[in-house]
Amino acid sequence: MDKLLELINQNSEFTTAQLAAMLGENEADIIKRINTYKENGIIKGYKAIINWDKVPDSDVTAIIELKVTPKAETGFDDTLKIVASYDNVESVYLAASSSYDIIATARGKTIQEIAEFVSKRLSTLDTVIGTATNFVLTQYKDGGIIFNEDDESSEQRSLIL
Amino acid sequence: MDYSKFLNDKVRYIKPSGIRKFFDIANEMDHVISLSIGEPDFTTPWHVRQEGIETLRKGHTWYSPNRGFIELRNQISNYFARRFNVEYNPDEEILVTVGGSEAIDLCIRALVQQGDEVLIPQPAFVCYEPMTVMADGTPVIIKTKAENGFRLTAEELESHITPKTKLLILPFPNNPTGAVMRRQHLEEIARVVKKHDIMVLSDEIYAELTYGKERHVSFADIKGMKDRTIVVNGFSKAYAMTGWRLGYAVGPAEVISQMTKLHQYAIMSAPTTAQYAAIEALKHGDKDIEHMRSEYDIRRRLIVDEFCRMGLTCFEPEGAFYVFPSIKVSGMTSEEFCEQLIFSQRVAIIPGTAFGECGEGFARVSYSYSLKHIKEALERIERFLNEKK
Repeated sequence: MDKLLELINQNSEFTTAQLAAMLGENEADIIKRINTYKENGIIKGYKAIINWDKVPDSDVTAIIELKVTPKAETGFDDTLKIVASYDNVESVYLAASSSYDIIATARGKTIQEIAEFVSKRLSTLDTVIGTATNFVLTQYKDGGIIFNEDDESSEQRSLIL
Repeated sequence: MDYSKFLNDKVRYIKPSGIRKFFDIANEMDHVISLSIGEPDFTTPWHVRQEGIETLRKGHTWYSPNRGFIELRNQISNYFARRFNVEYNPDEEILVTVGGSEAIDLCIRALVQQGDEVLIPQPAFVCYEPMTVMADGTPVIIKTKAENGFRLTAEELESHITPKTKLLILPFPNNPTGAVMRRQHLEEIARVVKKHDIMVLSDEIYAELTYGKERHVSFADIKGMKDRTIVVNGFSKAYAMTGWRLGYAVGPAEVISQMTKLHQYAIMSAPTTAQYAAIEALKHGDKDIEHMRSEYDIRRRLIVDEFCRMGLTCFEPEGAFYVFPSIKVSGMTSEEFCEQLIFSQRVAIIPGTAFGECGEGFARVSYSYSLKHIKEALERIERFLNEKK
């Protein structure tokens, strides 16, 4: 895999100068490659990874599984588009699974709000034949970063010579 | 009770390591971010651990032969031929030890006696001097220089040789400087070694962590040097197996057999489980080495580039996982710099003087940490430098 993408995926805060140093390339080339990735839709954006559990009055997250009947012409596409169009839906995946076809994560103020969203907006779609909503109690890891683990306690190496 | 009359004076006069002091300070503070540890941050590759577990499950928990399992010695022999182009006979020329450290101690004790001078290039890892003293030898320090990339030069070597010189220690790739000796540098050293008829202990524990296009060259691969060189290597750094405590020495049968006597009386045999795991590492671990080396290399480039940008000039380290920046621009001594850095920004690095007086003006910075960790530490170091301006 492209090492540049791997590094940005790890941490988007590296400057282009730092990326150039790490990869042994010159900075202008790195900038050019990043721009190409953006134009090609490979880099879709940058955002912070937030541990919402530490934010007072933060939202509730749910992982929603949908069983869907594919349409003759478009398969799952129409349903994926509709599910993805809701602002409170954060991510949507088409799954290769025997029990569910689409998995989405959604956020809401309360459990009730999400439950209502699923029953009124998703279950009612004519292609959706079943749903299962899983509410997240604690997020343990996101974007490759483990939460609730400070740097001090994660150092397990002993101090010797 | 006064124990001083019972204790061995030679041991009492050995100074505690200067690395320790900074670990102790760091230990007592909260939120310290350290770039001071000298071992891989990777864990042992899973297939290697699994082999250890499997042999434990089967109950293979007895002593091994004194020299180590023959299968392991065969694998070490293959490995040396394959990676470093030197052939060793597994029956007589290889001894498996408890880490590279034991091999260094055995080698010095097997060769050095009262009146012998042992040449130790510094900055270097801290063990050679005390071990020489314990063997009744006289340590003779050779100060390597930043302008030579902290390599040992033939002139420096020759100017320290006396009729009493018996052994040269060659600690490359070097902890703490990251210096490596390429083939042409080793050939120059070899000429002096041959001319003055001395032995060489080549500590090549960081051999696999050599960056750039050229691979590590073992001193034993230099023409005429195999007969007068004991090479120390091990599994700790190459395979991230520090805690398994497994290393080895390869060299002339006459020396290895003397070392084996000391080893069998003091240690018996190296850990059995670790030996089984090491066989697996040598058989199937090349790709693990490659993966770790490329990760270290990325960190190395980042840290060197950032230090240079901040004005902490460092020559480019080509081996191990340390950079050795000059801190002279701060106007402080190494010790002052490291102390103020830890108290003001809570970043722990080790003063160069912990590795010999000639480390004054430098500090050892380890990059066996995640990029995230390194990035944070670099930001703090930059803040510290800005405050001092």
